[in-house]
Amino acid sequence: MIRHALIQFKPHKAQIKRNFDSLADILDQLKNEDVDVVTLPEASLSGYFLQAGVREQALSAEQVYEMLEQILQEIGWQKPVDICLGFYERFADDFFNSALYAEFNTAQAGIKHIHRKIFLPTYGVFDEERYVSQGHQLAAFATRFGRAGMLICEDAWHSSTAAVLALKGADILYIPTATPIREIHDPEPTNARRWRSTAIGIAAEHGVYVLTTSLVGFEGGKGFTGYSNVVDPYGQVVAQAPLLDEQVLITDIHLESIQVARYESPLLADLHANLSELVSAFTEAAEASMRKGRP
Amino acid sequence: MSHSAVPAIKKSLPIIRSEGRPQKRLELHLPTVTNFLLAFLRDEVSRRKGFEKVLIALSGGVDSAVTTYLAAKAFGPENVIALRLPFHSSSPESLTHAALVIDDLGIHSETIDITAAVEGYAGQVADMTPHRKGNLMSRVRMMICFDKSMEYSALPLGTGNKTERLFGYYTWHGDDAPPVNPLGDLFKTQVWALAKHLGVTKEIISKAPSADLIPGQSDEVDLGISYERADTILVHHLAGYEDEYICGLGFTQVEINLVKRRVARTHWKRKGPIQAMISATAIDEFYLRPVDY
Repeated sequence: MIRHALIQFKPHKAQIKRNFDSLADILDQLKNEDVDVVTLPEASLSGYFLQAGVREQALSAEQVYEMLEQILQEIGWQKPVDICLGFYERFADDFFNSALYAEFNTAQAGIKHIHRKIFLPTYGVFDEERYVSQGHQLAAFATRFGRAGMLICEDAWHSSTAAVLALKGADILYIPTATPIREIHDPEPTNARRWRSTAIGIAAEHGVYVLTTSLVGFEGGKGFTGYSNVVDPYGQVVAQAPLLDEQVLITDIHLESIQVARYESPLLADLHANLSELVSAFTEAAEASMRKGRP
Repeated sequence: MSHSAVPAIKKSLPIIRSEGRPQKRLELHLPTVTNFLLAFLRDEVSRRKGFEKVLIALSGGVDSAVTTYLAAKAFGPENVIALRLPFHSSSPESLTHAALVIDDLGIHSETIDITAAVEGYAGQVADMTPHRKGNLMSRVRMMICFDKSMEYSALPLGTGNKTERLFGYYTWHGDDAPPVNPLGDLFKTQVWALAKHLGVTKEIISKAPSADLIPGQSDEVDLGISYERADTILVHHLAGYEDEYICGLGFTQVEINLVKRRVARTHWKRKGPIQAMISATAIDEFYLRPVDY
């Protein structure tokens, strides 16, 4: 059993110190809950819509790690804990929309993985390609509980990304997001419903746990959904946070259920078995796309 | 044994027919929209800007009524100030309808006659037209709102809806001036639906909408199209549907042209003033920071 706390967080725009202080308060509240892994949304330390302010708000992964380590010390959280968090990253004179997964208070403590967002939405209200660079790596990594993978927001809307991580052995997918509500025609706004069904689709297809942690709060009139959730390897939503409000979801996940779920629905094994055909088809499509542009 | 002995029954399956043409929806889930707008007001007014109180120019029309109901829910009636700002030729009904909102919500209000302020200038102008005087009224109301904002330490809320913003049917730097507006992305017909949901009195919802800047004025006569028809054309035009597609939804090319022309002619009105750019650090051109940074 791995106890997760998903923090549906509302940062103050471009006030990193203040946001670390808020995070310290929330972690202090959670320190006696026997939580193994804490997750936070995309751009959780600064807010999402920064435009060129990314350059002023970006931190190195090491800076984030040190700040988190300091918070845990200050509040007296001495037990081992992992934290998965989205932030704007300064790395090698470049800027990325990143997520880190780090381990604290263990013999092997440190940053375990950094995922840099690959699919940068640049349409409508989004303008990421203007301000951050594209990540190029899609990797599963080892945690002290098993193998995991991270996708940031639009990364997860392309079904192939989750498939790659599942093929690489990830049993848990962490998805930090920041998605502004639009089209409120039903109790679930259209994009909130789309997110939920995306998480269900990924979990059910590959027999993995999917943990989506979403930003809340308004930024210049744009209100982020929240609606964080945990989906089990059968595709059942086992925890669901509300729209708009700050909230913590504490959920125990059980990796031993993955094997049973995949026995009932062995789609990941089928994918492994038919991978060469798919790779050939992808390669052909990629060659055609490079030759002629998109069909 | 012969199959020919059994009379052939012609097979027939039930058929389900459906229309696959996507249509943009205007109907909103009003409880969710209400929660969303209340969260918006609390975040943008209090959390970001640090105001506990808000102030609204209450005209007696549906837009400012809805804004006031939302504000009373978001901040509590004790933190909402309504200003009634009549001109001598304003419809008496406007004052009465504004009073219905004030009384129903139990909010603080002031009534300030703007006639002397408007006529103080207009009276000196020989060829003043009703249109120019209407603009003066809107801008005098704006000046009073911002002055009273300082007196009460209350943030002025805007009340303009998306349809009038798209049509440019307002006074630039007048009624569009307040820094926070909950209704700016709601079409007029959506504001009506929200008004019903929030319990705004029927008298305000069912009357013909009017800017009430010129006696007898009506929005839909001025615009040349009903809000109901305009909103459906607008929502499809904004999404990028071609005229032919919109015609297929039951609209004429004349109506579509009217709507598109009004939108196309007023892009400037939805932006700030044009600045001459001479550097690579020009504000909002190269130096790009969001409004809440």
